[in-house]
Amino acid sequence: MAFNIEKIRRDFPNLMARARDEKPLVYLDNAATTFKPCQVISCTHAHYCHKTANIHRGVHYLSEEATAEYESTREKVRRFLNASSLCEIVFTKGATESINLVAASYGRSALKSGDEVLISQMEHHSNIVPWQLLREATGCVIKVAPINDRGELLLDEYRKLLSPRTKIVSIVHVSNSLGTVNPVKELARLAHEAGAVFLLDAAQGVSHEPIDVQDWDVDFLAFSGHKLFGPTGVGVLYGKERILETMPPYQGGGDMILSVTFDRTVFNRLPLKFEAGTPNVAGVIGLGSAIDYIRAVGWEDMITHKKDLVDHGHKVLNAVPGLRMIGTARNKAPIFSFVLEGVHAHDIGTLIDREGIAIRTGHHCTQPVMERFGVPATARASLAFYNTKEEIDLLVKALLKVREVF
Amino acid sequence: MSVHNDELYQEVILEHNKHPRNFRKIDPCSHQAEGYNPLCGDHLKVYLQVSAEGRIEDLAFEGDGCAISKASASMMTAVLKGRSVEEARALFEEFRGLVMKELDPQAGSHHLGKLTVFSGIWKYPSRVKCAILAWHTLKGALDKTAVVSTE
Repeated sequence: MAFNIEKIRRDFPNLMARARDEKPLVYLDNAATTFKPCQVISCTHAHYCHKTANIHRGVHYLSEEATAEYESTREKVRRFLNASSLCEIVFTKGATESINLVAASYGRSALKSGDEVLISQMEHHSNIVPWQLLREATGCVIKVAPINDRGELLLDEYRKLLSPRTKIVSIVHVSNSLGTVNPVKELARLAHEAGAVFLLDAAQGVSHEPIDVQDWDVDFLAFSGHKLFGPTGVGVLYGKERILETMPPYQGGGDMILSVTFDRTVFNRLPLKFEAGTPNVAGVIGLGSAIDYIRAVGWEDMITHKKDLVDHGHKVLNAVPGLRMIGTARNKAPIFSFVLEGVHAHDIGTLIDREGIAIRTGHHCTQPVMERFGVPATARASLAFYNTKEEIDLLVKALLKVREVF
Repeated sequence: MSVHNDELYQEVILEHNKHPRNFRKIDPCSHQAEGYNPLCGDHLKVYLQVSAEGRIEDLAFEGDGCAISKASASMMTAVLKGRSVEEARALFEEFRGLVMKELDPQAGSHHLGKLTVFSGIWKYPSRVKCAILAWHTLKGALDKTAVVSTE
């Protein structure tokens, strides 16, 4: 199938929405959340209209059908990540919960006082705070690998920070505030040489390029459905089977047990051991549909188109007087964080919102990144494969108007 | 997006942003507090020198923020200098009412004067916090609350 942007855009009804003052919407906030194609919407809609049932426990027809759809999504995710086994795919409510699961379950059982967790300076708060909670609980130490002025991880520094004390390395795949794409395979290899387990926060990365957990040799991987054109409130934790086997449950409840008496509970097998309570059934099924959609469009075309967007974006945005790009990594996703001399990011956001352009302003849940670059906040335009160069041009036009106001 | 018919970024706001009044530290001072807007990263400090009779003899601020928060802080210091603490507290309530759309600047009596330039901000809920940050920080200083957050 040839990459037909007009046809693709018709799949996303939200792109036709109106913004403030009835202006046509230019949606450049995809790092916050992505729009959903009709296929995902109708799939979720169908579940609620005439397929609703709880899963894993009913003998009636609808429950069996819902269970089958839910479990077929597990297989879709397994193939999508190239995991070796279905029991390595755990459904959560999002990337944040996935990371918290690892910190609470693996972290609390495997780490002791003085052990180290290595993260990077470009982490999202959701890959910082869970480790601080783990530090409270175990007395472990958090080390931070620094980044350079382009927003790239300093590999030598990363290597130096690894030691026999390092037990967990948790690094972002694609930075949500800088757009940097990290060399995952190399980072995981180095972590393993030091004897640590490697967690990849793929919240942004999952829509950027195809993931291969076996080739990359990551031990854990976290992502959210809503940044992959799927529903909110659903996410995935991938974990290597032999590690998940050793981990205690994260939450207790229904579905994660085989038998319960007041004296003793026998936990369910993987992955259900980590799926306590009724899960987000419609969300999981919708996520399966989003994965089908991505496969149908095809990675190759999406990647080529997004490379064009990165090149075009850098070219035209850098030509705006007084604009300073924050994050100029050589390997970059179409995420443009910038500051405009003399204009606070929030004023940019509000002024261009009235032109119908939706961007994010603030610290993007990455306060250490803002500190690293010496700015209180940035304006961030983040693009998906359904965005166009023309939309970037509209952003530039609006920014030039902002300059006139200030 | 003309400067002249813009209800939010009015000339007076842009001017206060560019040339904020009382943008300095008062040291020593009788009251001070820090205000944060965690959503934006806006951060400012408000300093007051209040006389024994409860009159605001001097009032100043420092910090980083967007045009709305900076202009609001600047105008607040200009309006309140020389007023009594009681008047400042009353004006805080009126200003809060204005930006929350609880007070109609066209109807009834109020003492907002020039501060009514912020009357359209309730249409931008995410920016209300920017406008009111300085006022919350002022109240924190008067109540002897060291750090104020809009979250």
